[in-house]
Amino acid sequence: MRTKDLSYWLFLAPVLLALTLVVIVPMLLGVYYSFTTWNGINTGEFVGFQNYINLFKDERFLDSLWFTTKFSIVSVILINIIGLSLALLVTGRVRSSKLLRTTFFMPNLIGGLILGFIWQFIFIKVFASIGEIIGMESLQGWLSTTDTGFWGLVILMSWQMAGYIMVIYIAYLEGMPKELLEVSEIDGASTFQRFRYIIFPLVAPAFTVSMFLTLSNSFKLYDQNLSLTGGGPYNSTEMVAMEIFKTAFTQNDFAYAQAKAVIFFVIVAIIALVQVYLNKRKEVEM
Amino acid sequence: MKKKWDIKLEVLGGLLALLWLVPFYLMFVNSFKSKKEIFMDTISLPEAWSFDNYITAFEELDFMRTLFNSLLITIISVVLIIFFSAMAAYALSRAKSRLSTVLFFTFVAAMLIPFQSVMIPLVTVFGQFEMLNRGGLIFMYLGFGASLSIFLYHGALNNIPRSLDEAATIDGANRWQVFWHIIFPVLKPITVTVAILNIIWIWNDYLLPSLVINTPGSETIPLKMFFFFGEYTKQWHLALAGLTLAIVPVIIFYFFAQREIIKGVSDGAVK
Repeated sequence: MRTKDLSYWLFLAPVLLALTLVVIVPMLLGVYYSFTTWNGINTGEFVGFQNYINLFKDERFLDSLWFTTKFSIVSVILINIIGLSLALLVTGRVRSSKLLRTTFFMPNLIGGLILGFIWQFIFIKVFASIGEIIGMESLQGWLSTTDTGFWGLVILMSWQMAGYIMVIYIAYLEGMPKELLEVSEIDGASTFQRFRYIIFPLVAPAFTVSMFLTLSNSFKLYDQNLSLTGGGPYNSTEMVAMEIFKTAFTQNDFAYAQAKAVIFFVIVAIIALVQVYLNKRKEVEM
Repeated sequence: MKKKWDIKLEVLGGLLALLWLVPFYLMFVNSFKSKKEIFMDTISLPEAWSFDNYITAFEELDFMRTLFNSLLITIISVVLIIFFSAMAAYALSRAKSRLSTVLFFTFVAAMLIPFQSVMIPLVTVFGQFEMLNRGGLIFMYLGFGASLSIFLYHGALNNIPRSLDEAATIDGANRWQVFWHIIFPVLKPITVTVAILNIIWIWNDYLLPSLVINTPGSETIPLKMFFFFGEYTKQWHLALAGLTLAIVPVIIFYFFAQREIIKGVSDGAVK
């Protein structure tokens, strides 16, 4: 097959058309609109960088950006620690390994929206019941403050994504040469030493994959945010994706929301490109 | 060396698994309680295992129709994604040229774009062409889903020797026959991965359908989940029954395909 063959273009036509109309055109239009006073119907006038200038003075946007960053950092650390621990556990000397994997992974099949509702029930209703029984005041009123909302989101995400990250670590752990571990055990290496000097260096590539996967997933979080806290109380747990949505569809400020969406794209793209760069560098070393 | 059994690790694993299941247990148990019972106590078992909540939730969610909508949209979208992405990846992998490289790179680069960055123009443009309906939604899923699928198929195709194509061509098969009868069957393992990743995504997707098909009668399962959450009142007893109903199809799917699912997700992430 050559690129001038008709069949080449027929094979590519459906996806090229879809990608162009669904992703490329809206992206280019979006960048253009972000420099105007577009209201969804009329392009309005060209205002240069005005939307972008306003955005850096917009406290609600900056707050959501800061909240998202804090949330992402804490989530990435927790999810990876828990995910790696679960992976080590299920690849260890247990007989129920398969059943455990199935269980830990299960939340990932269910939509974030549904999981958020389930946890909303737990944080609000079940926590209150437990608090009453054991007499702990701090279990009352979860999700009604910024802090409990923050930790609620972190708990939900860790519970959901740890199993996903576990699967990735397992792929690397099981690809590890078993002889190496056996020899080191015979030679008298302690569990810690084996982890530090053998397992850790061999699963290092899994860290890059997992870190960036959790980072970009946490940063782009929307469904769980919507169903667990809805951004409340007083928009204090609102993450960037939700802030963009509300600017566009609640406040009907389309051009301004689009400027935020472009900044959002730039941040997400930088995260991804750093990962590509780090992966490439690793490949060279090996 | 045979693995020795570590009982402490086994117990630890069991306890953690229980911790992972507790949210589902609490949802399930409380879905049988009356509104008043949930208000009083969410820890103990229900006084009576009544199906009243389920009957009400089933009717109010119009569950069979909603389930049908979800199935329809997911199946058609995933079939189209598989079919068209495999075709595109085949063309890109067999016609090696600068153009193919550029096109492949464009598809991969599109994966960097988060949905929120194109969401607003997408909805307004499709709205102007009266395409905010199920057909439009399926077309959008093709646009958003093609990149990862082409990427995965492309990787697999590069490992299939061209001599296979050439042998079939000499035997008189045309491009289409070579692809459909020779290449596509060989791609089956990666097709399973592509199918699973796209099924999980589309089945659970909320934001895109909420912008495109939020009209009575055409909602998918995620769109209906807000039904029992009013602005001021939450009907937890009905909501929990509704959530349980929504999860049942997923659990059935997981039960029958868990090996393929875990493998698919792992392959999709690591590649």
